[in-house]
Amino acid sequence: MDTDLSSQDRKDLDKFIKFFALKTVQVIVQARLGEKICTRSSSSPTGSDWFNLAIKDIPEVTHEAKKALAGQLPAVGRSMCVEISLKTSEGDSMELEIWCLEMNEKCDKEIKVSYTVYNRLSLLLKSLLAITRVTPAYRLSRKQGHEYVILYRIYFGEVQLSGLGEGFQTVRVGTVGTPVGTITLSCAYRINLAFMSTRQFERTPPIMGIIIDHFVDRPYPSSSPMHPCNYRAGEDNGAVYPSVEDSQEVCTTSFSTSPPSQYVFTVTKAHFQTPPPVVTDTLKVPVMGLAFSHQLSSSRLSYQPAALGVGSADTGYPVLFAGGLNAAHPHQLIGPGKEGGVPPIPSQPAHGTQADQERMCTPLDGVHYSAATPSSSEDTETVSNSSEGKCGSPRDLLETIFIRKVGAFVNKPINQVNPPDSPDTESPLQGSLHSEGSSGSSTGNTHDDFVMIDFKPAFSKDDILPMDLGTFYREFQNPPQLSSLSIDIGAQSMAEDLDSLPEKLAVHEKNVKEFDAFVETLQ
Amino acid sequence: RTHRPALPGAAPAMNCRAEVLEVSVEGRQVEEAMLAVLHTVLLHRSTGKFHYKKEGTYSIGTVGTQDVDCDFIDFAYVRVSSEELDRALRKAVGEFKDALRNSGSDGMGQISLEFYQKKKSRWPFSDECIPWELWTIKVNVVNLANEQERQICREKVGEKLCEKIINIVEVMNRHEYLPKMPTQSEVDNVFDTSLKDVQPYLYKISYQITDSLGTSVTTTMRRLIKDTLAL
Repeated sequence: MDTDLSSQDRKDLDKFIKFFALKTVQVIVQARLGEKICTRSSSSPTGSDWFNLAIKDIPEVTHEAKKALAGQLPAVGRSMCVEISLKTSEGDSMELEIWCLEMNEKCDKEIKVSYTVYNRLSLLLKSLLAITRVTPAYRLSRKQGHEYVILYRIYFGEVQLSGLGEGFQTVRVGTVGTPVGTITLSCAYRINLAFMSTRQFERTPPIMGIIIDHFVDRPYPSSSPMHPCNYRAGEDNGAVYPSVEDSQEVCTTSFSTSPPSQYVFTVTKAHFQTPPPVVTDTLKVPVMGLAFSHQLSSSRLSYQPAALGVGSADTGYPVLFAGGLNAAHPHQLIGPGKEGGVPPIPSQPAHGTQADQERMCTPLDGVHYSAATPSSSEDTETVSNSSEGKCGSPRDLLETIFIRKVGAFVNKPINQVNPPDSPDTESPLQGSLHSEGSSGSSTGNTHDDFVMIDFKPAFSKDDILPMDLGTFYREFQNPPQLSSLSIDIGAQSMAEDLDSLPEKLAVHEKNVKEFDAFVETLQ
Repeated sequence: RTHRPALPGAAPAMNCRAEVLEVSVEGRQVEEAMLAVLHTVLLHRSTGKFHYKKEGTYSIGTVGTQDVDCDFIDFAYVRVSSEELDRALRKAVGEFKDALRNSGSDGMGQISLEFYQKKKSRWPFSDECIPWELWTIKVNVVNLANEQERQICREKVGEKLCEKIINIVEVMNRHEYLPKMPTQSEVDNVFDTSLKDVQPYLYKISYQITDSLGTSVTTTMRRLIKDTLAL
């Protein structure tokens, strides 16, 4: 292409570009691992630090980059792209950024390869270090782990920006002119983070709200050296991953750039012991490098086919949860007005009413359904309660307590549909919950039926009088009549008085003088 | 002082490009905001240590980097892994912050980072310092009334600093004048070789506090690196 460039220079230039591409990928992926990066300066050159910068090489990342490049270099129309996306524990994903390393035809023949180009590439890597901390995905990636993970994907060829939603912004990291073309490094990033929530709202109507702990300590992995930044299957790989397995990850999602004070959430990990999984693992991952292989296997996500975008897989999940009555599914929050809220999962307790059972009666997962469907649709509620209640109730307890704490989203069906003859373990809970709810809940609980409970106000406890306020009040509202006011006794004494009257008169006449003297003393 | 100081408010010398950034921050955010900007500039203007070999060739050491999270701003930045350099910048920024606080002005000032080259002159003339790049950060300190405003400020200043980083990177990307790579005898005229792990271009930091009338009353020049020129 360029005859002026000496063969040595050409070789050097190709090597520089190749290693620049590999280092670019390393910087980008490492910046999205969710950890702070720290490398040491070294005054004595080690000879292996390309571009005089201490950038670690994660073997898996290098492998992926080399695989994507397949021996080629970025050229006109063939760009190297690193796609950063976010995947929630429910399996929904969203592209956040596309970093593009492109080459255009504008050549700078005068430039010195081994010196100027090299130094400028070094400068460009420094700029990349700075810019990767400045896009919105950085802050998201620092908070990943509990509710979502950040994935990367490397591809080579045409840049595809369509997954970034409307109004995405572009930032240019820099350019370096070379004798064979100008290298450009830029980033296109999504700004519409609400994309996810609206999409999910379309799919499932909120049935029940659940709570997430927004403040749980982020799992900056002390256990693992590097935070998994997984990658998705490439476009050319249409392989259907094997069926889902249990995931280790907590699966609630709540993206919010709004102040967290609006919502208080609690999550419990106790729930995530039973299937269905949210994030799935495929353990069939070849061990790449020892340091990172276990992260790969623990957090590699598997997809239903067509999971790359909105697809049947996505719609599959909510229905799956609806059917999974046992599944104490991870809690999600719907935040109206929050960016990127997630769909509510109906972690319906097993003992729903018939109506509820029918509503959720889309047999997706036979395993979950087998227990519920036959019994609940036909038998009485007590039967269904007992069959499911055992495994359901502890979780329900946890769930309901948490839901109550928030007060924002009410586990309506629990209150609503609980039949009078529900298991005993449920009712005290119901009662206490109800009272708390009635006193504390601000967001409408208006649909609840009234439930008879014992009124046990805490303040009226009295050790001396062993009764509660209500009993006391009732008793002393109806005191017995005064004995002297009763009619029978009154009549009896009248008769006696009349009989004794003449005697009394005779006595009083005898004492007339005394009475007169007494009266005079009064005057 | 043996060299000619730049006069406050004077135009930079020829061939010196000047960039001005402005930020409005709360008092407690001043240090972190200044450090973020200064470190980002110095990241681009520092190389590894040069090791000269025979025949005029040299090899360059490796520059490490590290992430810094800000406590008072929703922001993180990357700086060169050099404790000496960090200390020097913190000292300068600390003095600037104190001057801002004590000046009694309504919290306006600017801090400047100037890259210069030394040009040796023959005796009895003293060496010249010729600036080739000047970064000025104008600071406006705001006072906030309540916690909610402070929270908003945290986020807003974080966003602003993101913009500043992008601006800095844009300037760096222009690949405009940089001093020629020096020979061994000249290296101290171009680079600060006093640090043991990295080698920034020769720089000096100065600041000015503006009083409420808008004129600069106090001019303070501080030399924050050892002046190897001292005669």
